[in-house]
Amino acid sequence: MRTCGSSLPRWERSSPVSGAAGPAIKIEGAVVAYREGVALNGVSFEAGEGEFIGIIGPNGAGKTTLLKVINGLVRPHRGRVRVLGMEPGRHNGGLIRKHIGYVAQVRNIDPRLPISVRETVTVGAFGKLGLFRRPGEIERRRVAAVLEMVGLTRLADRPLGHLSGGEQQKVAIARALVQEPRILLLDEPTMSLDREARRDIVELTRMVHESRRLTTVLVTHDFETLPTACRRIVMMKGGRIWREGTREAVLDDSTLSELFSVAPVSGRS
Amino acid sequence: MAIWEYGFMQNAMLAGLFGGLACSLVGVFVVTAGLSFIGVCIVHSAFAGALLGVWLGFNPLIGALAFSLLATVVIGPLADRGEINADTSIGFIFTLMIGLAFIFVGLMPGARTEALNLFWGSILTVSGGTLVFMGIVTLVVVTAVAAFFKEIQAVLCHREVALAVGIPATAVFYGLLVLTGATVTASLQSIGGLLIYALILNPAAAAYQLTYSLKRMFLLSGVFGVGSCWVGLAISYLLNLPTGAVIVVISSIAFAAAAVLSPKRRARKWLKLQSTT
Repeated sequence: MRTCGSSLPRWERSSPVSGAAGPAIKIEGAVVAYREGVALNGVSFEAGEGEFIGIIGPNGAGKTTLLKVINGLVRPHRGRVRVLGMEPGRHNGGLIRKHIGYVAQVRNIDPRLPISVRETVTVGAFGKLGLFRRPGEIERRRVAAVLEMVGLTRLADRPLGHLSGGEQQKVAIARALVQEPRILLLDEPTMSLDREARRDIVELTRMVHESRRLTTVLVTHDFETLPTACRRIVMMKGGRIWREGTREAVLDDSTLSELFSVAPVSGRS
Repeated sequence: MAIWEYGFMQNAMLAGLFGGLACSLVGVFVVTAGLSFIGVCIVHSAFAGALLGVWLGFNPLIGALAFSLLATVVIGPLADRGEINADTSIGFIFTLMIGLAFIFVGLMPGARTEALNLFWGSILTVSGGTLVFMGIVTLVVVTAVAAFFKEIQAVLCHREVALAVGIPATAVFYGLLVLTGATVTASLQSIGGLLIYALILNPAAAAYQLTYSLKRMFLLSGVFGVGSCWVGLAISYLLNLPTGAVIVVISSIAFAAAAVLSPKRRARKWLKLQSTT
């Protein structure tokens, strides 16, 4: 495993990424607008090192945009963002992203795509390897260990497109872990999966958090898929943070009904 | 006298080696990343640029390179930013370039032989200077694929993921488009503006049918590309047919055969069966 310190290149050692003090993520008053409208409207958000935060809300609440602001894929028009002690910008976005594992929503993958499961997972190591360096024995062992962890060793040499949605999502998580990130961002990791695959992914995210203690932010519109390790819940609606607190404090029927704008069922609290 | 003992045939064989290899390698970018329409657009931009060169009397290769790079610079960001639907923006540039090409031909005085050569190509009369240019571009393409294979693999198969893990995915993507433009420019005079896209698409599409490994796809595509050129050259010589057109037909036959014999057809049936049970 690569550690912070003298093994890192000089430019990376001198940056706060390798030993940031304070919260892992701090966003103050972020405003993001697309052509379709305002996606984030003055959002402030903070995540401490090793914290597991669940973000829930209806479609169009700004959840995915918030994740993209954190990993520098979207820059806010207004507001301040600090991730691992650095402000993501045009020139350091790539550097910060090397320390952030990002698992995007499941997409349809062409079953004929010429890439195997092992090759896809190895892509996670490419950012830190840099240009002109090929994956060596260290990366190969790391990939094998992560494939073992997510239970995909027997499928390692299969074409990626031949896997089921749940298996492809495990591949995406494995790829993010091979990055050896300090922050893990999961965007609707259980969406479009069947019940069994959803349960597998929830269990996997719990196991990853317990074994690696990464700062984890999981976005979902289905609160039932939040693992128990996720203690803090942030609720988003209309591009704003609508409510936040411990899961015991906010995950009740009336709050959820209000969040998703559904009239509470009578007789239920 | 064997056909390969003629000087013009040796030059044509070399042009087939360089053009076939470079076109089939950039074809892998186009086919794997699903950039077929962008590829067509770059080809027609280069064609229009070359015709501008012929009309105004400067080197057509300079015009072809300038127009293909211009198309890359315009199409890429338009498609990426989503300001206009990608197909709409590419279609706009494509039709504009076709229009310009025919205007430039219409404005040319005289017999327009050089312009017609750009339409159909003239691999049997390729000059030494063009061969050197084709050789340099082919060397650059092969070197780029070898040196940046892991970045190219990541960008072609998972562009968003590549960006998310810290790979300079946007720079790599535009680099691939520029290589495509340079390859088209280098091969335009020998293969022809109307035929070159078949040499980009067919060998790579044939290779895509036969393997799940990107490395093998590059190798197979190269073999199909060079093979199509050399077999096409021999057949056109023996049967006295237009060389560029025969090369395109041979590459199309290779694609059809690969599609019929593709193990991926069986895999598709198997996957379909799995999803229904």
